[in-house]
Amino acid sequence: MTLLKTIDVVKRFGGLTAVNKMNFSLEKGEIVSIIGPNGAGKTTFFNTLTGIYSPEEGTIEFDNKSILGLRPDQIADRGISRTFQNIRLFSNMTVIENILVGMHPRLTQSSLDILLRLPAFKKEESISEKKAEEIMLFVGLKNVGNELAKNLPYGGQRRVEVARALAANPQLILLDEPTAGMNPQETEDAIRLFRRIRDEKGITVLLIEHDMRVVMNISERISVMDYGGLIAEGTPAEIRSNPQVIEAYLGRGAVANQHEVKAVQ
Amino acid sequence: MANFDLNKLTQKIQQGVWPIIITLAHLILGVTLVYLNPRSNLAFLLMISSFLSLYALKTPVLFKLVTGALLALVIIPVIGVRNIFYLEVIFQISVFSALALGLNIVVGFAGLLDLGYVAFYAVGAYLWAFFGSQQYYVLHFAPGTQPSNLPFLLPSDMFYLFIFLAIIAAALTGILLGTPVLRLRGDYLAIVTLGFGEVIRVLANNLDKPLNFTNGPQGITPIQKPPMPPAFVDIFNSVFGRFVGHTASVADMYNVMFYIYALVVIIIIIVVTRRLNDSKIGRAWTAIREDETAAIAMGIPLVKMKLAAFATGASFAGVMGVLLAGSRTFVSPESFSFMQSIGVLTMVILGGSGSIPGVILGAATVTILNLQILQGLSLYLSQLRQSDAVIPIINFAWKNLSNQLDPAKYQRLLFGLILILMMIFRPEGLIPAKRQKRELASDKVEVKG
Repeated sequence: MTLLKTIDVVKRFGGLTAVNKMNFSLEKGEIVSIIGPNGAGKTTFFNTLTGIYSPEEGTIEFDNKSILGLRPDQIADRGISRTFQNIRLFSNMTVIENILVGMHPRLTQSSLDILLRLPAFKKEESISEKKAEEIMLFVGLKNVGNELAKNLPYGGQRRVEVARALAANPQLILLDEPTAGMNPQETEDAIRLFRRIRDEKGITVLLIEHDMRVVMNISERISVMDYGGLIAEGTPAEIRSNPQVIEAYLGRGAVANQHEVKAVQ
Repeated sequence: MANFDLNKLTQKIQQGVWPIIITLAHLILGVTLVYLNPRSNLAFLLMISSFLSLYALKTPVLFKLVTGALLALVIIPVIGVRNIFYLEVIFQISVFSALALGLNIVVGFAGLLDLGYVAFYAVGAYLWAFFGSQQYYVLHFAPGTQPSNLPFLLPSDMFYLFIFLAIIAAALTGILLGTPVLRLRGDYLAIVTLGFGEVIRVLANNLDKPLNFTNGPQGITPIQKPPMPPAFVDIFNSVFGRFVGHTASVADMYNVMFYIYALVVIIIIIVVTRRLNDSKIGRAWTAIREDETAAIAMGIPLVKMKLAAFATGASFAGVMGVLLAGSRTFVSPESFSFMQSIGVLTMVILGGSGSIPGVILGAATVTILNLQILQGLSLYLSQLRQSDAVIPIINFAWKNLSNQLDPAKYQRLLFGLILILMMIFRPEGLIPAKRQKRELASDKVEVKG
């Protein structure tokens, strides 16, 4: 079943076309990576999916409904969560509060419940606190619930970002370079976590990634972007040997060289 | 070494019965001194600062509540009726605490810099000023030409209804201002709110024509006070009369009454603020303050939440406006100048943006500096000027001291200095805001290597 489908999405900034006729689709329960050289338009594409930018042309359908023109908070409410390329936590809030903020669209407490501390409010707060703790354990955060987010080490902050994105029970989670700056051990843990997000929670995972070990290891499908559009799609094995991809990454000469190498072999 | 000893000392006074003894000693000393020297500013400061001991020292909650209530509801009214100047200072502290707590929601929690906050205060004040005075019958007269002996539009007990109407009116004004401008960020929002504050003041100044709504720069007077039950005066006199030293008049009791109303409003504001802060709304506000982009990506409707912050903050100011109009029986545009907005902002920043006790401390400090310390200095200097005293060595006669040097006029310098010094040395304020700690089961999980 198709979860996300974009047709001919175009996003321009003045004279620059950052996303150019992007056609992309995602099946429910997949783990897919988008790769591409710097400036290919990957993050801009993410931002059009989450409503931070609205595209000039094209359609975006999520769960068979158009999400074009919705505000970011409405899109989050529909079930798309995200993390950011540069960590964007609420630094002066505690870890558990960060996760509770992520739950915002799922909380039903009204102002009256809050001001009068009605039982409905207390119940919802204690349930959501428990749920937040479960999520913390799921992403591997222990004993840090009351720490301010800014006081966590880098790897911990990355985990909090993922936990916050999971808090709203999304159908789709977008991870923007989630392993950037991690050491090999942390990267391995992260890959395992992303698999578990899909396997145990059934959430579809779409990630932008530069680290080829991560991409080749985790992805079931890879989409390659360059100059704002899709230039190739396929399994990791197909992408590895796709001449267009090699050209985009390494230049035309590299493709020629590879052919020569193959010819010699 | 000195630092080490200080730590030991702080530890010691937080243990056992010491906190209770120190608090009581502070309180009793302060109250006795004020009682014996009804004109001493220092004694008054000592008494007021016992609220700080009460707040900071670790005593049982019940002790804090009982002592606090005794101080606020019995001792201060008695001392205040004995020397009405103190009651005025305390009333002003309460009014500004309430305003600062309201602004704290907008600036401290949601991080929206509002430089025109007194506009909402003005809305509340002019609301009761118009309906609680004869102004309705003066609509067709230019200021100063109205006939005398006009009736009041509404009976004076409508004051209480207007407290609630002011909540709605100020909140609506907040939404009205907020809707077009809350898409702006940071500096731009600050500029627009600054402009809005001035617009309201200028409106108050000029809405005396074509129809005379506000009576222009002269202001509206007399405004009705709510009725005073005569029993209140009698009971106060029979119970506390011998402590006060003279019979309290109705005017004295009005001061006590408005002080108590201000206290009630403060308590309501504190309860509302704390409850909101510990809920999804408060978390959304803090998230917006920390990172707008991340907040909206987490599903927080930015405009709705910012409007809620604006309206909540505004409604508190509206209520205090009605209280001001009632207690002063006079309202004029001068009370709602840009300097007032800056003053309230100074209180929030001095005390600690986002911190409830901090903001109250900030309001008390700035008000006392303004009303007591600067004016006390002015008085002292003018006495020196009249004396024949001479500073030795440089042979400067105090008589020749310029009249321009009047500390009471240096309010702006004071605000400026406070803002600059706080921003450099302690941007989080005197009592920084703390995040609430939760009892978490996961904190007890063993960490595996």
